[in-house]
Amino acid sequence: MKVDIVNLTKKFGGIIAVDSINLDIKDGEFVAFLGPSGCGKTTTLLMIAGIYKPTDGDILFDGKRVNNFPPKDRDIGMVFQSYALYPHMSVFQNLTYPLLIKKRPREEMKKEAQRVADMMGIGHLLKRRPGQLSGGQQQRVALGRALIKKPRLLLFDEPLSNLDARLRISMRGEIKKLQKDLGITSIYVTHDQIEALTMADRIAVIKDGVLQAYTDPEDLHDRPKTLFIAEFIGNPPMNLFDVEIKSEAGRVYANLGNGARLAIPESRKLKKLVEGKVKMGIRPQDIHAGSEDGISTEIALVEPMGRDDLIVSKVGNAEVHFLVDPIMKLRMGDRIKLRFDMEKSQFFDIKTELSLLWD
Amino acid sequence: MTEKTTGGGGKYDWFWFLLPALILVVIFFFLPIIITFFISGTNMSTATGFQNWKWIGLKNYQRISSHPETLEHLWLTVKYVAFTLVFFNLGMSLVIALLTTHISRGVGFLFRAVWLLPRITPVVVYVMMWRFIAADAPYGILNQIIIKPLGLKTANWLPMAPFLFIVLVNGFIGASFGMILFSSAIESIPKDLMMASLVDGSSYLQRIRYLIIPHLRWPLLFVTTFQTLSLMTSFEQILVLTDGAYNTEVWALWAYHKALSTYSGNLQWGFGTALAAILVTIGIVMAVIYMRYFKFEELVQEPKIETQ
Ligand SMILES: Nc1ncnc2c1ncn2[C@@H]1O[C@H](COP(=O)(O)OP(=O)(O)O)[C@@H](O)[C@H]1O
Ligand SMILES: [Mg+2]
Repeated sequence: MKVDIVNLTKKFGGIIAVDSINLDIKDGEFVAFLGPSGCGKTTTLLMIAGIYKPTDGDILFDGKRVNNFPPKDRDIGMVFQSYALYPHMSVFQNLTYPLLIKKRPREEMKKEAQRVADMMGIGHLLKRRPGQLSGGQQQRVALGRALIKKPRLLLFDEPLSNLDARLRISMRGEIKKLQKDLGITSIYVTHDQIEALTMADRIAVIKDGVLQAYTDPEDLHDRPKTLFIAEFIGNPPMNLFDVEIKSEAGRVYANLGNGARLAIPESRKLKKLVEGKVKMGIRPQDIHAGSEDGISTEIALVEPMGRDDLIVSKVGNAEVHFLVDPIMKLRMGDRIKLRFDMEKSQFFDIKTELSLLWD
Repeated sequence: MTEKTTGGGGKYDWFWFLLPALILVVIFFFLPIIITFFISGTNMSTATGFQNWKWIGLKNYQRISSHPETLEHLWLTVKYVAFTLVFFNLGMSLVIALLTTHISRGVGFLFRAVWLLPRITPVVVYVMMWRFIAADAPYGILNQIIIKPLGLKTANWLPMAPFLFIVLVNGFIGASFGMILFSSAIESIPKDLMMASLVDGSSYLQRIRYLIIPHLRWPLLFVTTFQTLSLMTSFEQILVLTDGAYNTEVWALWAYHKALSTYSGNLQWGFGTALAAILVTIGIVMAVIYMRYFKFEELVQEPKIETQ
């Protein structure tokens, strides 16, 4: 099912929780709403579910305005962060609740429960109560209950945030595979950028109720349109520091202070600003250590992260973070040379916080 | 040294901590019950006074079992408790709780506060109000705003429907008890569950049936037991409203009349307390059964099992 969100707004008293959001979701697409806690993700989702009434704007399912449809007429399945399983019902009753409500025959309920339970690998738990299940099992039951009526739209509200790290990674893959296999249009709310980047076809980044960007993960990662996105997306986070742009002999440089400067390549030609102070961004993995030439620096801190060591050092006035191979055995106080892959650099206007490269 | 500073914890210290509560329980609970059973075994009355009474064993109880009015009072009491309980203490309080939790919080709260008024109004004032409602023309509120405008025949409605009135008078007080318990239980249902049931396709009525009512199992059971006991033993509203006239003499009121207020002036303390003792016995038996039932449910909570 295709979903269109037009100027969607929700106010609670004086607070604007969702501020005029516009989105289109294609049939079968997996879209993530990504943003920090309190930015309005859940509110948006609950308006799509029909629990909250929009203050303004429209929600269209396959082109049809559903603003005034109650949840039961929207044909949706939803998975909650708390799982929201009915504690007084068995797993079987939880799974088949949506069918019970529709007064489906007992035979069909049994058959469908078996189908969904097999799909989720919970066939042996049908007689249990939710209180007797582990978090991961409850999660599967919740997912099964959302799927059993074959909804046209699946909504997820931070479904994995109560699971331990290992289970979260495996469920991430499972949900994504399930969604692709079934082809059900899905909206997945999360504050975890890794979840959004690994699972979604497109990501809507929301901040303070305002849509910051709506694009695919690669675009979001490589071409952040705002400073907020640059800070929020990517792990470890992007280095961001103030630089001064100066042209010299036909070349453009970013001065980091104390004589350190980086040449900006043609591919990163700034749109608006030619000279002056801007915010420069570069990801830790785009700064390479150990080359023959480059900017010399002294290592201030080494943080082993397993596969890489995260190194902190000072370049000009800026504190930079970068990754090196642990084999190099770098220690505090060692001097090394850094090469900045400026083809991957980002620039932002300090005032508007908008990208000087992309729009 | 440390022994002294910490007070040296004697083995029976708990007794002193318990003592104040123990004294209260003994004076106000055990003693009255013991005295009740004691007097019910005597022929004590105004005639015998406190000096000349005799032990008569179970004679009072035999008198009750063969008394011509016994069945009548018993049946009335059962009817009165059942109707008030089902239609008001459970039914109406559930309806109010459901209504006021499905509207905005503030309005719901206000509405429930209004329902508490009968409970906090002095009994005499409250019952007087009902008498004004039922009173004959030209006074009765019922007559003035409904019966007269409709051109029907006015009357004093209390003798016309005495049973209805004793149920109404008690019901409007009793409803607020369940209302408070039910509405707070409804509000304690996790919001996610309430939303999930709507997303799963429930209408509001289906949500009440499949989610809310099952959540109210304990409050429902508790209100049923507690209110059964209190309806069985309370009689002051009926006393003020009809004083037992028009066939409204429930068991507790009968006991009161026999023991403490008869027309003849001969107060049959022995017989009256025997009537009361029967109520007390039923009450204790029911309370014990309920307590065991409540406890039992706690015990059968199964442990969490992790397998995979
Ligand atoms: N029912 C409500 N009443 C009042 N304010 C609310 C309500 N629900 C959410 N809000 C407010 O709206 C904002 C967005 O909340 P929410 O959508 O839950 O954020 P998120 O899911 O992104 O963490 C928050 O500031 C929150 O306090
Ligand atoms: Mg949320």
